[in-house]
Amino acid sequence: MADVLPPLTLANATAALVIVSLTLYVLFGGADFGGGVWDLLASGPRAKQQRALISDAIGPIWEANHVWLILVVVLLFTGFPKAYAAVSTTLHIPLTLMLVGIVLRGSAFTFRTYDTRRASAGRRWGRPFAIASVVTPVLLGICVGALASGEVGRPVAGRSFADAYVWSWLSPFTLACGALSLAVFAYLAALYLWVEAKGPGLRADFRARAAWSAVAVFVTGASSLATAWFDAPAIVEGLVTSRWALLLHVGTGACAVTALWALWRGRPRTARLAGAGQVVGMLFGWYASTYPYVVPDTLTIAGTAAPDVTLRLLLGACAAGTVVLLPSLWYLLRIFKGAGSAFERLERATGEYEAVRMTREVPLPRP
Amino acid sequence: MVTRFTILRTHRSTGRASFGREAVACRDEPDTATAVPAAGRVFVSDVLAARAQMAMSLAFHIVFAVIGIAMPVLMVLAERRWQRTGDPIALELAKRWAKGTAVLFAVGAVSGTVLSFELGLLWPSFMEWAGPIIGMPFSLEGFAFFTEAIFLGIYLYGWDRISRRAHLWSGIAVAVSGAVSGIFVVIANAWMNAPAGFRLVDGKPVDIDPIAALGNAAAFSQTLHMTLAAYAATGLAAAGVHALFLLRGRDRAFHGVALRIALLVGIPASLAQPVSGHLSAQFVAANQPAKLAAMEGHWKTGANAPLRIGGWPDEATETTRWSIDIPGALSFLAFNSTDAVVTGLRDIPRDERPPVAITHLAFQVMVACGTAMALVSAWAIVVLVGRRPFVERRRFLRALVACAPLGFVAVEAGWVTTEVGRQPWIIHGVMRTADAVTPMPGLAVPFALFTALYVLLSIVTAIILGRQMLVVPKTPAAVRPVPTPPAAVPVAGD
Repeated sequence: MADVLPPLTLANATAALVIVSLTLYVLFGGADFGGGVWDLLASGPRAKQQRALISDAIGPIWEANHVWLILVVVLLFTGFPKAYAAVSTTLHIPLTLMLVGIVLRGSAFTFRTYDTRRASAGRRWGRPFAIASVVTPVLLGICVGALASGEVGRPVAGRSFADAYVWSWLSPFTLACGALSLAVFAYLAALYLWVEAKGPGLRADFRARAAWSAVAVFVTGASSLATAWFDAPAIVEGLVTSRWALLLHVGTGACAVTALWALWRGRPRTARLAGAGQVVGMLFGWYASTYPYVVPDTLTIAGTAAPDVTLRLLLGACAAGTVVLLPSLWYLLRIFKGAGSAFERLERATGEYEAVRMTREVPLPRP
Repeated sequence: MVTRFTILRTHRSTGRASFGREAVACRDEPDTATAVPAAGRVFVSDVLAARAQMAMSLAFHIVFAVIGIAMPVLMVLAERRWQRTGDPIALELAKRWAKGTAVLFAVGAVSGTVLSFELGLLWPSFMEWAGPIIGMPFSLEGFAFFTEAIFLGIYLYGWDRISRRAHLWSGIAVAVSGAVSGIFVVIANAWMNAPAGFRLVDGKPVDIDPIAALGNAAAFSQTLHMTLAAYAATGLAAAGVHALFLLRGRDRAFHGVALRIALLVGIPASLAQPVSGHLSAQFVAANQPAKLAAMEGHWKTGANAPLRIGGWPDEATETTRWSIDIPGALSFLAFNSTDAVVTGLRDIPRDERPPVAITHLAFQVMVACGTAMALVSAWAIVVLVGRRPFVERRRFLRALVACAPLGFVAVEAGWVTTEVGRQPWIIHGVMRTADAVTPMPGLAVPFALFTALYVLLSIVTAIILGRQMLVVPKTPAAVRPVPTPPAAVPVAGD
């Protein structure tokens, strides 16, 4: 057992925190971006209800979900300052564009919610919100792909601008990773929205969307792997030879098959769980194949870590922070997403139609 | 300017460590200055572009951060009033302030994300160097901000989903965690003024002690000054907006309650601010003589140094013209004695002087705004205890309207003072700003991009907030009856 798991050093423990935060950002924050994708692609007779559901689903939680990304950044620059400095130098362009996307998505969503002229606001702010929700995940995927390909860890001194700041992150592999992350976020969002949708029509809409995005995840995942043979050989080698490879492949595959089965049989909660498991499996495939590097072949976890005293305090601060964070987060999700939420209690007492009408305070068309 | 940065560039390219005192020595080699003029010029514009982008991002974010700290206090006070008295006006007020907070918080959250990335995008060497020392407060801020975002979501969307008591406590959690997250960020900035928690060996930090960095000498005075600024600026700005509606004779009952609550937050903070400013200035006097001299436009070292009000420092002649001088006052304020010697800029090497005119002007603006706010706050106390209802004191209401923007002007001017006054250092006395900038060329492009984005966001935010304010509040009769949740606090006798 001891040689299966990486040694428990301070640097590895801090890296595990970064990994957990990034995974949670994908599972929660990623799904909020996916919601924007489905806002852009809302169609059919229930397009309006689809958009309303997306808005209600992400409204109370998107800001909290977004903080996982901030946590990833502060953990990186405190725990792995050398890696952070190198990566934010070479990835300057895609990170800057991603930030523009993050700013536009968040502000446009809020403007849409709080503009007092609601009718025109929906059209005016809905578009930038939806478009930013598509562009940002692609850029995030490109950055992750660039990390995996190993190019971004090379020092920039003495290289041409294009070589150091463009070709280090732009390749068929990173583009495929961008597409994969968009597909994954849309897939997660469709699964979550399928669970939260009220009414058979809306449920069918998001079940179909989840099924289509499952196909998209498979296609983009396969093309990422195919391009990785040329652009990110270290990842391919890690995926084949790493000690956890077999376990992760079996686990991810089992989750994917379960999600497809649940989609087929109409079991939203099972599909949501299995789909999230599938995404976690894919992410851990990347982490496992990269270990012990942050960026393959150039920057290692141990070599870029801050001094032990900093890591020890950082882990302590995170432990203390988690004591506050986890109960708060549980409370938030219980109120707005939980089975025992006020809405579900109302639904059991009055029926679905009445519950939706009472909480939304607007008349709905009779089903 | 050009010459200085050009030498630094050459110096960088030789690969020698270029931090701190060692870098100062290298700057005295004039022959290298002419070696790479073209490359040097590009580098100058990149440092300036990076500084401009950072300054612009901070100037934009700080407005939203300040409101995000103080506005939850106002909205919680309004909700508390509703729960105690059952006054429907107070509930309407809490809900409307919450909507404004929601918009401003969201823009603050995304612009804050930009800043956390920009630290690395623009200043990678600084982050690589300082991350292990000063990352702690940023991590703690991450958790505080997390708490704030979670409970704001609960507060905004949970009106009918949780008990009244739980709802009020969610608002309190937002207010507390907002203040705490602001304090952690300011601690990190204070460390740049008063670096602590490491030893410098060959330009590298050793014996790192993040706890000592957290307790740096500037931390207390700077966090106190900034937190009070948030409450003073937001409280008086809200008071000014509602005073304007009262002057127009609109919805007196509603805006009267709003004005009272806003003043309750704004007055104490505005009155305490000069005292905390004095503490901050005494820290600067003791630890950053160049910054103090620039703030005051003080050139000649000597005892009985005068306090200069107004005036324009001329860096060419090394004098400050057209100022009103109060003899001995600077020595007294800085060191509690008119006999104390205050170092002048002439005794500070030229390449360690901050831009004097900007620092002096910004400091004067900040002090002027703060003084006006303290005076109006004192007047407000007189008016509030007086017999005549304050809604009829038109001159007072007009003064409040005039004061509304001053807090934010002071916040911006104060940040210009402390940031420009620290130049040419990014870490005071340890690392120069020019040595911290990213090697990525063409930084004017992201600067232009973010400027355009933030100008757009400012306009849109202003329009949306303006529309929210212009919505006529529901009169008490029209406010719909509030359903009493099972766990409600009894209204009578509470």
